[in-house]
Amino acid sequence: MNDTVPLALQLAWFVTTLLFIVGLRRLSSPNNARSGIWLAGLGMLIAIASMYFHPELRQNQVLILAAMSIGGGIALLHAQRIDMTRIPQMIALYNSLGGIAAGAIAMLVLLNVSEHGVLVKSLAVLGGLIGCIAFSGSLFAYLRLRGYFSRRSGFAQRQVAYIASGALVMLLGLILAASSTAHPVLLLLFVGLAICFGILMTLPTSAADMPVLISLYNALTGLAVAFDGFVLENPAMVVAGTIVFAAGSLLTRLMARSVNRRLSEIMYSGFGITDEAEATSTDKDHVNTIDSRDAAVDMAYAGRVVIVPGYGMATAQAQHKLRELTQLLDERGVQTSFAIHPVAGRMPGHMNVLLAEAGVPYEKIQDLSDINAEFSQVDVVLVVGANDIVNPAARDDADSPLFGMPVLDVDSAKRVIVLKRGDGTGYAGVENPLLFAPVTRVLFGDARDSVQDLILAIKGLE
Amino acid sequence: MSGVSGLYLVLLAGVAGYVLIARVPSILHTPMMSGSNFIHGIVLAGAMLALGGADTFLEQVIGFIAVAAASANVVGGFVVTDRMLALFDKATIKKGNYAGISPLTIKSTVETSDSAQSDDVSKIA
Repeated sequence: MNDTVPLALQLAWFVTTLLFIVGLRRLSSPNNARSGIWLAGLGMLIAIASMYFHPELRQNQVLILAAMSIGGGIALLHAQRIDMTRIPQMIALYNSLGGIAAGAIAMLVLLNVSEHGVLVKSLAVLGGLIGCIAFSGSLFAYLRLRGYFSRRSGFAQRQVAYIASGALVMLLGLILAASSTAHPVLLLLFVGLAICFGILMTLPTSAADMPVLISLYNALTGLAVAFDGFVLENPAMVVAGTIVFAAGSLLTRLMARSVNRRLSEIMYSGFGITDEAEATSTDKDHVNTIDSRDAAVDMAYAGRVVIVPGYGMATAQAQHKLRELTQLLDERGVQTSFAIHPVAGRMPGHMNVLLAEAGVPYEKIQDLSDINAEFSQVDVVLVVGANDIVNPAARDDADSPLFGMPVLDVDSAKRVIVLKRGDGTGYAGVENPLLFAPVTRVLFGDARDSVQDLILAIKGLE
Repeated sequence: MSGVSGLYLVLLAGVAGYVLIARVPSILHTPMMSGSNFIHGIVLAGAMLALGGADTFLEQVIGFIAVAAASANVVGGFVVTDRMLALFDKATIKKGNYAGISPLTIKSTVETSDSAQSDDVSKIA
C-alpha cells in the first residue's frame, strides 16, 4: 500500500493519528482537557507540514500557501474575537467549512475520472454528497442560530421536494460513479442538489434543537473526510474521519437523549408549529409582576437562593453580574448556588463555560439530579432567561410537546422570581404554566440590567 | 490502502471513536464536539493534495476554496476549543488546583478579561 508515498511521510501520518486519539481521550476529562486539544493541534501541524513532502503535491505550492493564510488568518481573527455565548454557531460555521472542503476534494477527483476506478469514484461520490449536505445543513443551522430564517415555514411541498431531491441526487451520483468520462455539468447539478438537500433537511428544526443537529452534521463531515481519505489513500484522514463520525454519532444520541427526544422527532416533527398562534394569545394579566426592590428584599432575607440560568443569561451577558450578586448574598449569609439543566442554553455545558468565565467556583454549581430533591427547602429561585427547562408542563401535562423532558422542579420552592425579557414563549414555542403559578413573580427587563438593579437594591438595604 | 485492510481500519477507528466519547461527562459535551470539529480539519491534508494536483483554472479555483475552507476549519476549530477549555482551567485554578497554571493559561485569561466588562475585570483578578 502507498508505494509512491515515502516511509517518513507515512510514519508522520501515524504519529498524527496517535496524537489525535490521545488528544481526544484527554478531552474527555476536565483535568487535562486543555492538553488534549494541544496534542491534537500538534498532530495536525505534523500532518500539514508533512504534506509538503508528498510526491503528488507537484504544483501550485504558492497558491496553497496563499489559500492557507487567507482561510486560516480570517478564522484566527474571527475565532479569537467571537463571544463565548456564540459557541454553537461557531461550531456550525467551522463545520460547514470542513464540509465544503470535503465536497470540493470529491469534485476535483470526479473531474479527473479517467485516472480512477469505479470503487474510488463511488467513494468520491459519497464523500462529495455527504460533504455538501454537511456544508449547507450546518451553514443553515448557523444562520438560523444567528436569527435569520427563524420562521419555520413548513411549506406544503417540502416533503415532496425533500424526497425528490434526495432521489435525484442519488441517481446523479450513480451516473457519476459509473461513467468513465467527466461530466462537469452533471457534477455541478449533483453538488447543487446535495446543497439543497442539506437545507431541506435542516428546515424543520427549531433553533432550540439545532445543537443536536449540528452534532449530527459534525459527525457527517467526519464521514465525508473518511471517504475522501480512502480516495486520496491517506490513512490519517480515514482514521480521524471515522473517529469523528463514530464519536459524533454517539454524542448526537446522548444530546438527543438529554432532551428526551428521538433524532427523528427533532428532524421531522416541526415541533410546536401548530400551537404558535394559540400560545401567544393567552392573556398576560394572570402574570404577577414584581419590582427589583421587592425581589431584592426576598433574596436578601432568604436562607437559600438558587439561580437557574438559561440562554437569556448568555444573550444578555449577565453571568458576571450574577457572580457579583451571589457574592453579595454570600456576604449576608445567604446560601447560594446555581442549578444547571443539562441542556440549558441550547448546548450541554454551555452555562458551565459561561459561569466559569465569570469566575463562579465549581462547588456552587449543582446539576439537575442533585438539586431537584432540594427545591422544597429553597426560599427563592431566580430564573434568569430560562424557559423550557423549568416548564412544569413537561412533567404534568401529557399533551405538552415538552412532555417527558426532565425539567428543574423550581415550582416547589417557596418563591420563584423569573427574569424575562419579553412576554413571548421559549424556544420550543410552548406556553409556560410556571409564569402563572401562585409562587411565581415576574421581573420584566433585560437580564443584565435586572440583575444590576437587584445588586443595587440589595446594597441599598443597609 | 487496499479495500479490505481499509475496512478493518474503519472498523477499529469506529470502535475507538465510540469508546473515546462513551464516558464523557455532559459538561464536556460541548468542548468534545468542538474538539472533534477541529479533528476533521485534517481534510486540509486532502485539500492540499487536491490543489497540488490541479491543472486547469477551474480545478485551481475549486482547490483554492477547499484549502482556504479547510484551513479555516482547522484554525477556527482549534481556537474555539482552546478558549472554551481555558475557561475550565480558570475555574479549576479558583478552586485551588494550581497544577493547571502555565504561561498559556495566564495569557488566555488576560484575553478573555479584555472582552469582559472592565468593571468586572478588577474583581475577577
